[in-house]
Amino acid sequence: MAQAQIPLNSPPSPPAETNGHQHPEAWKWYHYFGYNTDHKVIGIQYIVLSFVFYLIAGMMAMFMRAELYTAESDFLDPNVYNALLTNHGTMMIFFWVVPVAIGGFGNYLIPLMVGAKDMAFPNLNAIAFWVNPPAGLLLMASLFFGGSQTGWTAYPPLSLITNNTAQSLWILSIILVGSSSIMGALNFLVTIYKLKIPDMRWNELPLFIWAMMATSILALLSTPVLAIGLILLLFDINFGTGFFRPEMGGNVVVYQHLFWFYSHPAVYLMILPIFGVMSEIISTHSRKPIFGYLAIAYSSLAICFVGLFVWVHHMFSSGTPAWMRMFFAISTFIVAVPTGVKIFSWVATLWGGKIRLRTPLLFAVGLLAMFVFGGLSGITLGAVPFDLHVHDTYYVVAHFHYVLFGGSVFGVYAGLYHWFPKMTGRMYNETLGRIHFVMTLIGTLITFTPMHSLGLQGMPRRVAMYDPKFEFINQICTYGAILLGLSVIPFIINMAWSWRYGEKAGRNPWRSLTLEWQTTSPPAIENFDEEPIVWAGPYDYGIDTQSFEAVPSVEEMLKEVSQEVK
Amino acid sequence: MAKEKETVPSSLITLTIGLAVAGISLWYGQNNGLFPEQVSEQAPLVDNLFNLMTIIGTALFLIVEGAIIFAVVKFRHREGDETDANYVEGNLPLEIFWTAIPTFIVIGLGIYSVQVYNEMGGFDTVGQVAHHHQGQAVEVADMPLGRMNSLLAVDAEGNSQYGIGATPVEGLQPPDLSVDVMGVQYAWIFTYPNMGIVSGELHVPVGTDVQLNIAAQDVIHSLWLPDFRIKQDAIPGQKSQLRFVATKTGSYAIVCAELCGAYHGSMRTQIVVHDPEEFTSWVEENQIAQNPDLEQTIAVNSRELSDREFLSPYAERLGIDADSLAHLAHHEG
Repeated sequence: MAQAQIPLNSPPSPPAETNGHQHPEAWKWYHYFGYNTDHKVIGIQYIVLSFVFYLIAGMMAMFMRAELYTAESDFLDPNVYNALLTNHGTMMIFFWVVPVAIGGFGNYLIPLMVGAKDMAFPNLNAIAFWVNPPAGLLLMASLFFGGSQTGWTAYPPLSLITNNTAQSLWILSIILVGSSSIMGALNFLVTIYKLKIPDMRWNELPLFIWAMMATSILALLSTPVLAIGLILLLFDINFGTGFFRPEMGGNVVVYQHLFWFYSHPAVYLMILPIFGVMSEIISTHSRKPIFGYLAIAYSSLAICFVGLFVWVHHMFSSGTPAWMRMFFAISTFIVAVPTGVKIFSWVATLWGGKIRLRTPLLFAVGLLAMFVFGGLSGITLGAVPFDLHVHDTYYVVAHFHYVLFGGSVFGVYAGLYHWFPKMTGRMYNETLGRIHFVMTLIGTLITFTPMHSLGLQGMPRRVAMYDPKFEFINQICTYGAILLGLSVIPFIINMAWSWRYGEKAGRNPWRSLTLEWQTTSPPAIENFDEEPIVWAGPYDYGIDTQSFEAVPSVEEMLKEVSQEVK
Repeated sequence: MAKEKETVPSSLITLTIGLAVAGISLWYGQNNGLFPEQVSEQAPLVDNLFNLMTIIGTALFLIVEGAIIFAVVKFRHREGDETDANYVEGNLPLEIFWTAIPTFIVIGLGIYSVQVYNEMGGFDTVGQVAHHHQGQAVEVADMPLGRMNSLLAVDAEGNSQYGIGATPVEGLQPPDLSVDVMGVQYAWIFTYPNMGIVSGELHVPVGTDVQLNIAAQDVIHSLWLPDFRIKQDAIPGQKSQLRFVATKTGSYAIVCAELCGAYHGSMRTQIVVHDPEEFTSWVEENQIAQNPDLEQTIAVNSRELSDREFLSPYAERLGIDADSLAHLAHHEG
């Protein structure tokens, strides 16, 4: 048998081996609250922890929208408002989308999809996760010192003179999650490269794996640069250095370069894994092969590469010379091409399929629809002359909520519904899922669409008080936000109830072809009771089912195949 | 089923859809009504660029969203049908098509953006010349904020100036009027160096080539004139500029666009565009009001004032409340 997963030049790390002999039959609930090296436990830990932060950051958004209901600053102290906007952004990015998409889905799915027993470095993986709770605590602690109030960008000199204690805690917190991200990225790359079962050819990798590969490369290259910028900032705040203090010969714009060199790629860190999720879900639920496998796989790598060279488009109105503005405008435009390729390919996958509009696909199609709009508004932002008008306005707020909420968060929901049967062994409630989708979609449209016009008309972002002529549109946004806030309720009820009382799911309720569906739901502790077998490409739907009246279930086919192998 | 479909002349349907999409896109792109007034020479350039992008964007939006909705409705799984769809892995010519077309579109947009940026004055090659000239003027006028001298020193070392400068049409001409702009938490202070006027509002004559020399005292601010479609950060330690010609009289908003502290949202004032005669009388009034004794260039030597004392007369006009002034006082400690 060629299924052995022994890496070529090094033995699998010892803890995995020892665990293999010592672990219990199945994990109990309390195993999820402690140090555990099982990638599936870690994946679920990431998902649940980050969801808690999502709720906290969401509540912050509710308070901000309440403040913005009127033009005056009358509901919250403006300092509190700034603390909320800073921590809303920070948590949503560093403690929700990044950990849930990369840590959650990445950890849970990568070993299963490549047919491995666990990650290459299970202990490193667990450490990477356990860095997150203290990081979260630091961030929460900073709130008791007034909270960081300088936006998630923390531009000096403002960040040097505002709330030093809270700002320092904020920096430490981000450096911790950054370290976690680096450890995770390294682990993913080694796992994919070394532990992929040899039967699986590179062009048979699920597209989620390709996406995670691009994500990990990007995280490895860019995260250290953010850490550098933040450490310098920390030194400026606490130890009397002057890297970013103009009066000491420092340069404030250098910080912006360091920050955006990471934080633009961070945008792709938040969307590339979701693109991977999209490919899995759209193909599976349309019962049709993914359209243009190679194009989608390579476009992830192209986005990863070009995405490293677009960061200055966040600084067009800052201290940047004309040549730089032009260069980064062009590179920003170019990034639209591989992104467009993906979108067209997904639409083509839907086209001619036999589409089952279950909740995962509803969210995936919702994402597609939202992302088209968010992507188009993104292209307009690349044009420097136009960007100079709308930079740092609600147009930008509208744009990135379209791609981050309408994109990433929709994708996270789609993925959670899609893999819920695998993770818990039970089905979610379809009706509640649909209610959740409809509320989320309408809420998103009402909240974020009018913001485009606010920005174009002249409303800057990050303000607690604004010109009264914008009041009416802001009130519409606030109503949308309330609906969006309420939309989480059916989701939570659905997840909590279905986890305990849902219908049993079986191995493969979606009749999907990727490897994670070959094992039990939830999978056994070392994933596969029998060695997984690559008996079809990940998206080979419709190859041999056309002529059959009754299609054999995957379990039957599996049995057949495994008997043949034996 | 399949045969029925073939009887429909699909090219005709495609043509009709194409014409409808083109028509709607062209109309919406030019009539989106999303912008405020156009008050500078740059504004129509920016708006035309956006409108072109809106035309292309609307067309793409309609086509893609239309395809999504059509696919989801048309290719719904039928009850009882457990088979998979037809095995279609891809279509190379189609994939090349939808890679190539966007590539051409974005390259075209890129070239057009560069051109618009040039026409706006983004490639100001004479900024340095004009700038040195400014430097002299600034020294003559009494500065409202003593700390600015340190910024000038930095600048004399040859830091380049960022922002929108002379347009190719203006060429090497120095601007007709230049105003020094200082951003402080939470106000803009406009100094007319040759006139000895310091103001919380920007007053300019219509049709005049105005240059703003932008600096920041404490943190980064961003000077945004929404009706002029221009914006430039005010950066501590670095100088930047905006140069424009106002095309319409009236009062328009000036907004700070970069988070600069708790009262960032209230850092708003206005630019008043006057007829030339009106502007002259405004200058005269203010010169008399601000300089009753010409030996002392400014009635109150603002160097001796704290920010709070200096700002308090403007507080109401700037939309700052007592809280924010108190906040300023706190910072000065």
